[in-house]
Amino acid sequence: MSLHRRDVVQTLLTDRGALLVVAGLGSTAWDCTAAGDHDLTFPLWGAMGCAAVMGLGLALAQPQRRVLVITGDGEMLMGLGSLATIGVQKPNNLSVVVIDNERYGETGMQETHTAHGVDLAAIARASGFVSGVQVRDAAGVAALRTAIHASAGPHFAQVKVAVEKIPLVLPPREGTLLKNRFRAALLGPAAALE
Amino acid sequence: MHQVLQQHRIGIVGYVPDAGHKRLIELCQADARMRSVVLSTEEEGIGLAAGAWLGGQRSALLMQSSGVGNIINALGMVRECRFPLLILVTMRGENGEFNPWQVPMGQATPEVLRAMGVAVHHVSSASDAAGQVDASLRIAHGSYRAAAVLIAQRLIGIKSFQEQANQ
Repeated sequence: MSLHRRDVVQTLLTDRGALLVVAGLGSTAWDCTAAGDHDLTFPLWGAMGCAAVMGLGLALAQPQRRVLVITGDGEMLMGLGSLATIGVQKPNNLSVVVIDNERYGETGMQETHTAHGVDLAAIARASGFVSGVQVRDAAGVAALRTAIHASAGPHFAQVKVAVEKIPLVLPPREGTLLKNRFRAALLGPAAALE
Repeated sequence: MHQVLQQHRIGIVGYVPDAGHKRLIELCQADARMRSVVLSTEEEGIGLAAGAWLGGQRSALLMQSSGVGNIINALGMVRECRFPLLILVTMRGENGEFNPWQVPMGQATPEVLRAMGVAVHHVSSASDAAGQVDASLRIAHGSYRAAAVLIAQRLIGIKSFQEQANQ
């Protein structure tokens, strides 16, 4: 039985503690919002290909906090080089999770490279991630959740999910709002005055 | 220029290697207060810097003018979110450039940056460099935008493959 993307993201984000989250544009941003809009989730509405490396910047700036990037297969494919860049830096507090439906969901469900066998987890392992796994069942999601919250990374997971059309759950759109609320929640209200 | 980055508490330096930035990259790598991050393409630097700013750290990006072409769409995020950011650009494609493939992007660089809302400063002599970097950082962090310093090719020297081949 195949995994459903909203269930996977909900499982990863329930009781998230001090986790900092970057959500890639499109479906994964809606998934994260469906799990609960949060000041410490930064949903991208553009900059396709930048989600993983944004997680790197955040992880380097906040080495005491755990950082999770949740993005889609199409978004990750646009920034594959960032896996190599993360592999060089090896931040132990960063996890990158790709919710892989093998489709470009926002543009008409066209197949991505992963529908034709491209193995993102293997690319991550070869780039120097501590772990790079493909997840296909609930037990795998549970193990992934443990890794994200408790073990030294960088971790990478490619979670294979069903192709499904589900309602959009949109986060706030305005960039400065998203930036300022994130920084205020993380750094305190004075951060807006810096 | 490295001292100016220090004075402005730049914590993360993203770069795609470039001969013109060689010395600055080495100084940043040797600086325990700066994390140097080698990028596979300049676009990654925009994401890196945005993430770092969300986490409370200031960044600078080092690239060649050709790299400016690789960051255009990502600059949309910088503008929409008003992320402060310094970009140091060593220019190619001007002042007697030998490689014709460098000329189109080099010539378009200031216009492309301005079109995306980046404040542009120019450095044409060594004595200007530190002051212009300082001014750019003040603009970037004082007005929450990207500011670029374009370092003239005249200052860096003209790469000649013919000369290299003859050595």
